[in-house]
Amino acid sequence: MPTLDINGKPTSLDIPDDMPLLWALRDVANLTGTKYGCGMALCGACTVHADGNAIRSCVTPASAVAGQKITTIEGVAADRVGAAVQQAWRDLDVAQCGYCQSGQIMSATALLRQNAKPSDEDIDAAMSGNVCRCATYVRIRAAIHHAAAALA
Amino acid sequence: MDTPYFPAPALVNVSRRRFVQGAGLVLGLALNPAASRFAVAAPAAGAAFAPNAFLRIGADNQVVVLAKHLEMGQGVYTGLATLLAEELDADWRQIRVEGAPADNKLYGNASLGGIQGTGGSTAMFDSYEPMRRAGAAARAMLVAAAAQQWKVPADGITVSEGVVRHAASKREATFGQLAAAAARQPVPSEVVLKQPAAFKLIGKDRLPRTDAHAKTDGTAMFTQDIKLPGMLVAVAAHPPRFGAKVRHFDPAPARAVPGVKAVVEFPGTDSSPAGVAVLATNTWAARTGRDALQVEWDNAPAYGKGSDEILAQYREAAGKPGKVAATKGDVEAALKQAAKVIEADYEVPYLAHAAMEPLNCLVRLGDKHCEIWNGEQFQTADQGTLAKLLGLPPENIQLNQLYSGGSFGRRANPHADYLVEAVSIAQAARKQGIDAPVKLVYTREDDTRGGYYRPLNVHRVRLGLDAAGKPVAWHARLVGQSIMAGTMFAGMMKDGIDPTSVEGQADLPYEIANLQVELHTPEDVRVPIQWFRSVGHTHTGFSSESLIDEAAAAAGQDPVAYRVQLLASHPRHRKTLELAAERAGWSQPLAAGPQGTRRGRGVAVHESFGSFVAQVAEVTVAADGTYKVDRVVCAVDCGVAINPDVIRAQMEGGIGFGLATALHGAITLKDGEVQQSNFHDYPVLRMNEMPTVEVHIVPSAEHPTGVGEPGVPPVAPALANALFNATGKRIRTLPLGTTVAA
Repeated sequence: MPTLDINGKPTSLDIPDDMPLLWALRDVANLTGTKYGCGMALCGACTVHADGNAIRSCVTPASAVAGQKITTIEGVAADRVGAAVQQAWRDLDVAQCGYCQSGQIMSATALLRQNAKPSDEDIDAAMSGNVCRCATYVRIRAAIHHAAAALA
Repeated sequence: MDTPYFPAPALVNVSRRRFVQGAGLVLGLALNPAASRFAVAAPAAGAAFAPNAFLRIGADNQVVVLAKHLEMGQGVYTGLATLLAEELDADWRQIRVEGAPADNKLYGNASLGGIQGTGGSTAMFDSYEPMRRAGAAARAMLVAAAAQQWKVPADGITVSEGVVRHAASKREATFGQLAAAAARQPVPSEVVLKQPAAFKLIGKDRLPRTDAHAKTDGTAMFTQDIKLPGMLVAVAAHPPRFGAKVRHFDPAPARAVPGVKAVVEFPGTDSSPAGVAVLATNTWAARTGRDALQVEWDNAPAYGKGSDEILAQYREAAGKPGKVAATKGDVEAALKQAAKVIEADYEVPYLAHAAMEPLNCLVRLGDKHCEIWNGEQFQTADQGTLAKLLGLPPENIQLNQLYSGGSFGRRANPHADYLVEAVSIAQAARKQGIDAPVKLVYTREDDTRGGYYRPLNVHRVRLGLDAAGKPVAWHARLVGQSIMAGTMFAGMMKDGIDPTSVEGQADLPYEIANLQVELHTPEDVRVPIQWFRSVGHTHTGFSSESLIDEAAAAAGQDPVAYRVQLLASHPRHRKTLELAAERAGWSQPLAAGPQGTRRGRGVAVHESFGSFVAQVAEVTVAADGTYKVDRVVCAVDCGVAINPDVIRAQMEGGIGFGLATALHGAITLKDGEVQQSNFHDYPVLRMNEMPTVEVHIVPSAEHPTGVGEPGVPPVAPALANALFNATGKRIRTLPLGTTVAA
C-alpha cells in the first residue's frame, strides 16, 4: 500500500504494485483532471510532475514514485509558474475540447521551470510529446510565451 | 446536406406552473406548444428552478443557459450563450452553460432532420434567431416585472450588463432580484430583436469561452471522469474482424485479477460489436482482466478483405459509369473536343477520428429506466435507439450531457454503436445479478480499431481544357461507401445518391460549361463508416481543389487568378480567396529558403456547410525531400461572425486537424483486420509540425453558418499544391507523407 505525496498531501492508496500512477490518481485518489489518452506514453494527456519533472503517469507504476512529490493539474496553481501557465491558457482561450490540456499545462509548467524564456524550438522539443487532437498548438505556443513574459 | 431555415418557433411558457413555485424565471422556446410534457425534477424550495428549455435565472443572479448541442471543443456553449446573453443584456460574467436534456420537440435541429443533435456545423445557423428570441423574451419579462414593482412605464426602463434600471426614479435591480416577479409575467408573443449595430457581445473580439476555467484546472467533467457509487468499469474484448462473433472464451484468467467482479459476453447487433467484457472496480483491473482473456472468435460472419482489395475493387468500378449526381452540358462531347485532357485518380484511405477521449459511456440500467452519462452528439437519436433495444418508451431513457474530449463526428453514430454496446454489457451483467452502474471504456487501441471510419474513396477525374487553357469539361467518378444508407438519414438520399458522398464535387463552384459527377456506392464492403469532421468535403475538397490547380498549371496560369476568373457567379468564394491571397502576399514572390531547400506555396478555396474558406499554404522542402509546412494563411466567410475568437480557433484547429490527415492519416486493413492501434502507427499532428496560422474573417451580414468543419477541407489540397509548386511533383493520394521525391 504505497503512500504518495499528492499535491502536498500524504495519500495512502490501497492498490496493487503494478497499477500505473494514472489510474491510482483517477480511480483511487479521485483526481480525474489527469487524463488517459493512449496508455503508452505516446500522447502526454496523463502528464504530472514527480519532484518537479514532467512524467507520463500512464506508464509509471504508482509504487515507483512513492516518496516523490507528485503534482497534478489540481495542484499546479499552488506553484507560481503553474499559476502563470494556467492564467495564460485562460487569457488566450487555448482550450477547445480541453481533454489534453491538463497534460499540456503540466508539460508547459515543467518547461518554464527549467527554461524561463524558451524559444519556439525549445517549445517544439518540450511539447511535441503532448498530442492535441483539436490542434490548439498555435495557442499553446503563444500561451507559453505569454506565461514566460508574465513571469519575467 | 440541405440546411433549411428553422421555422419561426412559437414562444411558450414551458412550465408555467413552476414559475409560481419558486424564486426563478424559466423560459422555453419550442416548435410545438405541446412540449410542456417536458419533465423536470421538482426544484428544492427556494432554490433555482430545475433545468428547462434554454434559460434559467436563479435568485443567485446566475443565468444558466441550456445548450442543446454537445460541446466537443468547437465552442458551441460559448456561441449559444453569446446569442442569448446579447438579447438579454446580461453581464457575461453571470452566464453559466449546462447541457440540455434530450427532447426533440424542444431541441430538435431542423438541419439534421429534426433530431436533437450536433453536426454539419449547423449549431449557430440553427440557433441564431431562436436563442436570441429566448434572451429577448426573458429581458422583456424582467422589464415588465420591474415596471410593475416600481410602478413606472416599461419604456423608461433600460437593461445593461445584467442590471435593470429606471433612471428617472433612480431605481435598479439585478436579474436575480427580479427573477421571481418576472416568472409571473406573461410570456410575450412577439419580441423585437436588436439591429446588428446595437450588438455588444455578438462580434466582440475576445469574449472569454465559458469553459476556459474548468478546462484548465481539471474540473471539466468528461465521461471518462464521472463516477457513481458502486460503479464498475468495463473494458471489452472486441473481435479483430468486423462482424465476427464470440465462439468460446475462458473467463478464469480475467476473474483471477483482483478487482474484477464479472466477465460477461454480449451479443452485438448489426452495427455494434459482439464481445466479452470484464467488469471491475477500477479501470486498471478491468483492462488487465480483459488482456488476460482468451477469446476464440467465429470469423464466418466477419468481413475479411483488406484495403488493397477494396482499392482494386474501387479502381475497377471507377472505369464504369455510375449514378449521376450532377450533370450539365455534354461532358463526353466536350472532352472529345478539348485541346488537352487531364486524367487522374485521387485516392484517400479510411481514417479514424482518434479523439483524445477514447469512446466511453456510463449506464445505469433499471427494469423500466435507463440513465446514460455521455458526451452526447445525437441525443434523441441515441435515446430512440436505446429505447428500441430495451423495449422502453424513449422518455424512460434519460441522457446526462457531459463535455466530450473531441469527437469529430464519432459520437454522432447513427446506430449509437458504443451506447448499444454499453447497455448490452449492463444487461448481461444484470443477468449475472450485477446491478451496478457500468461504465464502458475503450482503450486507445479499441478506439482506433473500432471502425466507423471516414470511408476510403477513389475519385477518377477527367478535366478538358480548351486551347486557351480554360476548363470546358469536368468529369468526376467517385467511388466510396455511403454514410447515410441504412441509417435514419437514408431519407436524405435521392435516387440512391448519398449527398455526403458527392458534396463539394456535385456543387462545384467553377464556371465550367460541361460537368458530370457520378457515384458508385459499393454495398458489399462491410467496414463500418461514418461522418468525420467535414464529411464528404474531406475527399471532394482534396480532389476538386487539386484538379483545378492541375488545370491552372497546365494552362500556365497563376492558380489564384485562374480560379478567380471561374468564380464570377460565386462572389463569396471569390472574395474569400482574394482575401487569403492578399494577406498571404500572393502577388509578391515567396521568399527563398535556406540554401539547398526549395520553397513553394499553394492555394485552395472550398465551401462546406454554407461557409467559405480559402487557405494559402507555404512549405520548405529540404534537400532530402523532407518538408515543413511553414505558414497557412486562412480567410473565412461564415456570415455574421458571432464569436470571432472562436472562429479563429476553429480555423487554426481545423488546419491542424486537416494537416494530420494530409501528412499522416491512414487506417488500413489486411484480411479484414485493422493494422493500426495507437498513436505510434496512427500518427496525428504534433506541435513541431504545426505551422504558423493567420486567420482573417471576411466581414459579412449574411446569416451565420458554422466553423467547426469548414476549416478542414482546403488544407490538404493547399499543401499538395504547395508541394507541386516547390517540386513539380503532383501527389494525388492521401496521406501525402512527410517526404516528397523529385
